[in-house]
Amino acid sequence: MTSEQRTAALIAEPGLEAAATAADRKRGLLLALPAYVYLLLFFVLPFLIVFVYSFATRSATGATRLSDWNLLAYQKLFDSLVVQIVWRSFWIASLTTIICLVMAYPFAYYIATRRPAVRNVLLVLVMIPFWSNFLIRTYAWRFILGTDGPIATLTDALGMEPVRLLFTNAAVMIGLVYGFLPFMVLPLYAAIERLDWSLVEAARDLYASGWSAFRKVTLPLTRSGIIAGSLLVFVPSFGAYVTPAILGGSKDLLLGSYIVTQFQQARNWPFGSALSIVVMVFMLAALMIRARTGAEEV
Amino acid sequence: MTYAVELRGVSKRFGEVVAVESLDLAIDDGEFFSLLGPSGCGKTTTLRMIAGFEYPTEGSLAIHGTEMALQPPNQRPVNTVFQSYALFPHMTIAENVGFGLLMQKVAKSEISTRVDRALDMVQLSQRKGATPDKLSGGQQQRVALARALVNEPEVLLLDEPLGALDLKLRQQMQIELKELQERVGITFVYVTHDQEEALTMSDRIGVMSDGRLLQVGDATEIYERPTSRFVADFIGDINLLPAAITGPGVVTLAGTTPVSAPSAVAGNAANWLALRPEQLHLIRHDEIVPDDRNSISGTVNNRVYFGDSYYYVVATPVGALDVRQENRPGLALHDPGTSVHVWWHPDAAAMVLE
Amino acid sequence: MTTRTTSLDRALAANTWFVYAFFYLPILVLVVFSFNASTRVGIWRGFSTRWYGEVLRNPEVLDALKNSLIVAALSTVAATVIGTAAALAIDRYRFRGRRGLDGILYLPIIIPDVTMAVMMLLFFARAFALIDAAGPRFQLGIGSITLSHIAFNISFVAVVVRARLGQLDGSLEEAARDLYANSWQTFRRVTLPLILPGVLGGALLALTLSLDDVVVTAFVSGPGSTTLPVYVFGLVRRGVSPAINAISTIMLVASIGLVALSLVFQRGPKASRNTEMIKETT
Repeated sequence: MTSEQRTAALIAEPGLEAAATAADRKRGLLLALPAYVYLLLFFVLPFLIVFVYSFATRSATGATRLSDWNLLAYQKLFDSLVVQIVWRSFWIASLTTIICLVMAYPFAYYIATRRPAVRNVLLVLVMIPFWSNFLIRTYAWRFILGTDGPIATLTDALGMEPVRLLFTNAAVMIGLVYGFLPFMVLPLYAAIERLDWSLVEAARDLYASGWSAFRKVTLPLTRSGIIAGSLLVFVPSFGAYVTPAILGGSKDLLLGSYIVTQFQQARNWPFGSALSIVVMVFMLAALMIRARTGAEEV
Repeated sequence: MTYAVELRGVSKRFGEVVAVESLDLAIDDGEFFSLLGPSGCGKTTTLRMIAGFEYPTEGSLAIHGTEMALQPPNQRPVNTVFQSYALFPHMTIAENVGFGLLMQKVAKSEISTRVDRALDMVQLSQRKGATPDKLSGGQQQRVALARALVNEPEVLLLDEPLGALDLKLRQQMQIELKELQERVGITFVYVTHDQEEALTMSDRIGVMSDGRLLQVGDATEIYERPTSRFVADFIGDINLLPAAITGPGVVTLAGTTPVSAPSAVAGNAANWLALRPEQLHLIRHDEIVPDDRNSISGTVNNRVYFGDSYYYVVATPVGALDVRQENRPGLALHDPGTSVHVWWHPDAAAMVLE
Repeated sequence: MTTRTTSLDRALAANTWFVYAFFYLPILVLVVFSFNASTRVGIWRGFSTRWYGEVLRNPEVLDALKNSLIVAALSTVAATVIGTAAALAIDRYRFRGRRGLDGILYLPIIIPDVTMAVMMLLFFARAFALIDAAGPRFQLGIGSITLSHIAFNISFVAVVVRARLGQLDGSLEEAARDLYANSWQTFRRVTLPLILPGVLGGALLALTLSLDDVVVTAFVSGPGSTTLPVYVFGLVRRGVSPAINAISTIMLVASIGLVALSLVFQRGPKASRNTEMIKETT
């Protein structure tokens, strides 16, 4: 074939690059396939099973029968006890998120505005608790707040009335803030660190006071970090189990512990599944808020 | 005869976006060819298709007569100098330069001699053990050149290679690049948005806009005889006056002022007369225009000092004209508000299509 | 003006030190009291390492530790391979289902662990019911724990590796192709060495998460397959003891060791990789 003929053949076949990129496409799919299959089998399918179970029947002995599909579990969600638990979990998670935000914003701001060398050291000091074992960090508060702990020993030695903190909502909140604070600090730091400071200077130049410059420029431009951090604190706090189990009281039940109860003591799997669906609905709502506010870069 | 690079009817579409539209281009062996145009005009996409990073949606692309449109980059006898240099940060300078030879399974001893020779050529032999981040921008640029040239490619592709350098270094590298190209005799395809760079270095220039190749020619042709309004406007400063051909060698400006223009051929739908500011002369209104010159009278609106020249903006019945007067001893200056004549040689004007 | 700025700065600094104290004092108290000789945890009776000796001789602890290490090692290796491949696929290729995978990958990161635990429990309950009907008998244990840990770790590895890939100058890979490397050689000699810090960082994160997990593991573990955190959780719920302080200190030191290791890996040719790591882990 002469080059002339080849040219004609090629021009006669529009979209020829599609054939050439098909191999590339196939390679991408091949690389993605293990993760795809694994997550479909061990994440999506389990989710669907939970969904199906939430409509199943609990027999008198506590076994679950996958028949006589019904909405009993969902009706039970509206019992006043359950509504109370969901509401309590919601406000504890909200308050935890707000406390974390108030502590973390000035903290992250301070770190992000230091010299690079100092900044790196300060950051490593945040990474250590972030990577440390969550259970152990929660346990530390059980020990500190306990009747036999250092605070009690101290107040005792000073002849003061013992302050009972352990097994209260306050203790749970201390534990949650302690556990999830790094999740708030890190996205905030990332957002503040990449802020273009000349914008703040421009605001100051255009007669904004320090406070207005912060409110009108810094805060809106770091919003993505605020939203990402709030999401990362709120969602796990809302479904928390370990923290209330170690620091919380048996009277003030929270959603996470209540779900576990359904699978361990109460053996009501359909209801436990319905409660899990509630947690996921809250999680998806939070994700949608994030998507709507366009904060996906963190 | 076979061309070093030959593109025929090449188009590239990304979804709905047309990056390059039925491009025909033939580049001679040993030529320094520049693709010039504003960002987004398709010049880089064209280069990337020659390199093999993009496949044409349709058309044919041959390198020295061999069809290459769908060959992967590693099977093409071309090498690229990237805009960001793309030096491998985890390899030394010598490893960077030797990478292409290693991939081609050249013997170790030969790699080492050729790497040394290539680094000698760019005067960086003493830095061969350093990593790229230890080098200045200009040095990184030379390594990128050596890394491509050590493979003795049939064609060297350069994508705005001087864009990241500061002005002084850029001017120095322009000269070095041109000398290097003449020495090694390899075909260079050079992409740039900098018209001065293209004019000073290239044997020929292709001006692109909106995915189309508008004009191909040497520097003089492109500068003095632009064939389209875009090329005239993009290269250098220019006065474009609306014009209609009203007779053989005669055009009428703004419907009122006939001037002579030998390049105007009757029947040709020319609609702009292009005049470079430095081709225009400025005299007081009571001075006399030389014979056989075109002239228009007007009023000086503004004068700007540029060191080597003065720039005037002159208001005339056919529109505002930019006039450049070279700064030399005894030059008469005209203050704003002065009545003047602007005159030019009929051959200085070019006829330009929309 | 000047005084106002400095007083604001002082307030910011004060808050910073308060937060650091909040982070570290509880840990510090725990570590100190793990060396307390007394059986009553809160009362200091002098320095002793007796609880460490006791813990390290406890066969239940050692058994749980062994299980933890097996699960962590297996799930880290599997998740690192699968997660890195997924990150490469999403970042570098266009294929059908790419957006879907992108979406699913994010969910295991933010889903509360109780929900994940319920999902895995019901999944294995159904799966075993089906398999048992077919003949062989399976039960919850190291296997189900490892499979569950891989499920959440894939996502974390993929996120960390993708952050690294995102910072990679794409023209480096093109340069390799241009210099006669085929796609495998390009991956081996350019892509992989350059994303390696991300891959190792992701692997260390996976290792840490696996060694930390309580809830999911508790739901899918069977008799005799307890991991260390689940074992400790059981002890903690019963109350405070000096032995738990000692185990806790050991686990803390181990996690801090992992952080240190990951910081070493993150030190690439360019300084200050911390920001990057934060973007990766959040």
